[in-house]
Amino acid sequence: MKTIPLDRAPPTLADAPQRAGFPGYLACFNGIVWREMLRFIHQRERFLSALVRPLVWLFIFAAGFRQVLGVSIIPPYETYVLYEVFVTPGLIGMILLFNAMQSSLSMVYDRETGTMRTLLVSPFPRWFLLTSKLIGGGAVALLQVYVFLLIAYAWEIEPPLLGYLTVLPALFLASLMLGALALFMSSIIKQLENFAGVMNFVIFPMFFASSALYPLWRIRESSPLLYEICRFNPFTHAVELIRFALYAQIDPASLAAVLGFTAVFLAAAIYAYNPSKGLLGRRGAPGGTA
Amino acid sequence: MALSVAGVSHAFGDRRALVDVSLEVPAGSFTVLLGLNGAGKSTLFALITRLYDNVSGEIRVFGNDVRRAPSAALRQIGVVFQSRTLDADLSLLQNLAYHAALHGFGRAAARARAMELLEIIGLADKARDKVRALSGGQARRVEIARALLHDPRCLLLDEATVGLDIGARDGIIALVRGLVARQGLGVLWATHLIDEVAPSDRIVILHKGRVLFTGDHDALLAMTGTATIREAFTTMTGSADAQSTGAVAA
Repeated sequence: MKTIPLDRAPPTLADAPQRAGFPGYLACFNGIVWREMLRFIHQRERFLSALVRPLVWLFIFAAGFRQVLGVSIIPPYETYVLYEVFVTPGLIGMILLFNAMQSSLSMVYDRETGTMRTLLVSPFPRWFLLTSKLIGGGAVALLQVYVFLLIAYAWEIEPPLLGYLTVLPALFLASLMLGALALFMSSIIKQLENFAGVMNFVIFPMFFASSALYPLWRIRESSPLLYEICRFNPFTHAVELIRFALYAQIDPASLAAVLGFTAVFLAAAIYAYNPSKGLLGRRGAPGGTA
Repeated sequence: MALSVAGVSHAFGDRRALVDVSLEVPAGSFTVLLGLNGAGKSTLFALITRLYDNVSGEIRVFGNDVRRAPSAALRQIGVVFQSRTLDADLSLLQNLAYHAALHGFGRAAARARAMELLEIIGLADKARDKVRALSGGQARRVEIARALLHDPRCLLLDEATVGLDIGARDGIIALVRGLVARQGLGVLWATHLIDEVAPSDRIVILHKGRVLFTGDHDALLAMTGTATIREAFTTMTGSADAQSTGAVAA
């Protein structure tokens, strides 16, 4: 073991000024987003599985389903489209959904190992820290989506070039909404192993009871109740927002719904992580050590 | 006063984790918070660092109430948590830069500061190594460096030597005692290991959520009429507890 040179003059605050105000907030935000990116880069398996999952659906499921499910001309499409084209926004939604839930998983894990504590002892306001973390997670998801779109392009899923740009804010908003939902859930989930429950009770129902895989009018034909559930599902609106944005259009109803859900989920998550109001202090998390 | 806790209670549902806890950590002091596992040490740390809200009582860091002025209070606190909180996949420098960012340091300032602290803890040559490659003692030292990044005047350490071998433990303790002596930091050192107490330390004994004693080494011995801190602790908390858990090492 090395000896510790305690006789050194201590560093002083003047050497490295701590910044308050806007530059301080910006430095904090950049640091959080940068860490999310670094973590993602270091977890290659996560990137690969995040990419392979929607590609399997695109290459195998969609190819098989092409003959089974006819998609009529519905906005934003102007001609008949192949099932692969229809399902692409849904698969983008899937990437965002899994990414958000995985960050929820890492939140639970973080909280248990204490990384969340490190974040929360920062002197910046908690709403700012949590929102920055969500945006960091969202940035990671955007990266995945664009790589997916690039591969999909080779599979002849060719939205207009402008669509690649206009889909960006939609992706950002959708990932923020799903991230906020996941963050709120992470404050409720007690144990890491409960993520299997998250898969069964959140990811699958959200994904299947949405317009990701089939147009809603098809669902209405088979079950009006399911149709209503799908219409209420925030994920449906995220997918529709992305679907229209990918063709350089805005679906006002979906935009309003996604904005509304984002606000509600974000408020709930910030509430849950607020030490004086939230759930953390009531039940003895994190770590379980007293 | 670096840290003052006055009349703080906290409960998880029906379980009362802390009952009317009061203690003080003067600037330039090494205050040992001595208690068995489950005494409430980590809960107290969570309250001081505002992970939980102190529902009753008051916690001040250099006069700043952690509820009313959390930002000012948190700026003055450096924390080393009981659980490991470094990112194993990131390098030492990346870990420190992240923490510096959380305190509003710009990138260049963060790097300079991080390197300076890595020098002090003797790990500058490993700045670009991943944390995963470090020994337990080295990782702890990085966590202490991280806690010092924003130049806090009050340092809280929760079982900082847990799981370390004797050499690494001594290194950590010497490092922190040096910080108290040279930089005048107020240190709250939570531990269940009695042999980490030095005669010059202030001692707070926390047992089952209650503070049984605050004062210096000699006062504790005088009050209990015992010759060693171990005997004093056993007398105050009940020997059965100490022996059954085996937590208190001599």
